[in-house]
Amino acid sequence: MKIVTVVRRVPDVEARVEVDGGDVRVSGAAWSLDGMDEYGVEQALRMREGGLDAEVVALAVGPADTEEVLRTALAMGADRARLLVADDADVGDVLARARLLADAIREEGADLVLTGGKQADADSAALGPALAEHLGWPLADWTTHLELDGTQVRAVHDGDAGPETLAFALPAVVTTQQGLAEPRYPTLPNIMKAKRKPLDVADAPPATPVTNVVGRAPERRERARRMLDGSLEDQARELARVLREGAA
Amino acid sequence: MSGPVLVLVAGDAGAPSRAALQAIGAARGLAEALGVPLEGVATADVADAARRYLPHVHRVEAPPHAAGWTAVLAAAQEARAASAVVLSATRSGAAVAPRVAVRTGGALLEDVVTLAADGGAVVGDRLAHLQRVRETVRATAAPAVVTTKVGAFAPADPAAAEGEVADLPLPADPAAPHVTVERTDAVAGDRVPLEEAPVVVTGGRGLGGAEAFDAWVVPLADALGGAVGATRAAVDAGWRPYDEQIGQTGRTVAPDVYLSLGVSGAVQHLSGMNRSGLIVAVDHDPDAPIFAHCDVGVVADAHAFAPALLAALKD
Repeated sequence: MKIVTVVRRVPDVEARVEVDGGDVRVSGAAWSLDGMDEYGVEQALRMREGGLDAEVVALAVGPADTEEVLRTALAMGADRARLLVADDADVGDVLARARLLADAIREEGADLVLTGGKQADADSAALGPALAEHLGWPLADWTTHLELDGTQVRAVHDGDAGPETLAFALPAVVTTQQGLAEPRYPTLPNIMKAKRKPLDVADAPPATPVTNVVGRAPERRERARRMLDGSLEDQARELARVLREGAA
Repeated sequence: MSGPVLVLVAGDAGAPSRAALQAIGAARGLAEALGVPLEGVATADVADAARRYLPHVHRVEAPPHAAGWTAVLAAAQEARAASAVVLSATRSGAAVAPRVAVRTGGALLEDVVTLAADGGAVVGDRLAHLQRVRETVRATAAPAVVTTKVGAFAPADPAAAEGEVADLPLPADPAAPHVTVERTDAVAGDRVPLEEAPVVVTGGRGLGGAEAFDAWVVPLADALGGAVGATRAAVDAGWRPYDEQIGQTGRTVAPDVYLSLGVSGAVQHLSGMNRSGLIVAVDHDPDAPIFAHCDVGVVADAHAFAPALLAALKD
């Protein structure tokens, strides 16, 4: 069986994000493998370590630097990696990226696709659902627990009103939520080994975006920042008034 | 495309949800801007209430699970040649909308905070990079499938006249691809779901343990008629369940009032709550980042302050 984990290179959460003439500039920290995608890599590895006979392939569409995060996935334990090179501006949007990825996943003949519940760069939760739709497969989104019995999957995920247990058959798409599988740190020997693992790099086919970003601006909402003072009881009384009236 | 704007009216117990009323508000504005009719899609239990807000409601049978809404909405879009499909960016809405966009060959405007028309095209602002960058996104394919960020739009007022309701037959196999819901563990007690709550009380690392949630956060949430939230640190420590987590990897909320206890305010957490109405923060560290993002701040140990606040609320 084949598990494809779709990963993305995103700015580190400590990075400073600035908008400059409609372009987003990231400074002050490195780029890294998206934290929620990382849960997907870890889950695939744990299923294999639990006795599942599976090849784990890390797949990405992105700029050439995305190779670094694919090496991270390889250092964690993925068997091989594949990068379809395209600048984000050329791919255009998440649906276009999903289409490129879905074609690659079909070529791979994957049985299970794992990816993050939400990618931290675009704050988008659309990739998993769009992949599932392109492939015509069932989807478990925001998954905290995953069990495989032959080709039957049981997944616990976060629904609107709380946890839900879903059952479906492979092939399927599963998006991750924190709690699914805490990722391991790659060890130094595994980082060295990852350098020799196969990483296939090719240009992505032309993308077909359905949206166009026509402007970008920094988002910041100014707050009143009123600090209370006085005795603990005075502050509690004043805060109770504020909370009752819903206004500072 | 000059077909109507369709809006999904989700709800339960016979009433549209708060998030659905916000989606109706956004959809109404879009329909006016495009100069097209506004129509709703609702299950039988909500359709009667939905007609108070909408001139026309398509009554549908509830699909077998949340993903089944993909087939229902795609069929409704096709039947009505709708120019846009609008739904709230709840967990299920966020998962259904991309599928509807792919299935109908349309565009996806995800988690928008504004919605407008520009020369016949649907345009919306959304927030990226942990909500720190505002992007203006224009749909270049039709229909535009839009999810509205929870709390970003004013809920719709009832319309002057009640609309009509008509049945819309379901597509042949709304369950495909097949998923069975084996079990749902609903939110405990009478507390409202996080995204629907007008008040959210959140606890963080500064509370020190699960006991403090039971002793202070839950009673404060109950006293204020709100829901309980938790930070990633509190969830990772096992003090609260994952589905209460607010932030980048958890839920996004925008209640009228957000009260945090012992929350320092990491950027990942802020991205899940910084569109709330009134933000009130209580933390012992005067340098905590949360105080730069709140309307009212109290520098105090949450353990000492929470009982005083509970007492003051009961006065």
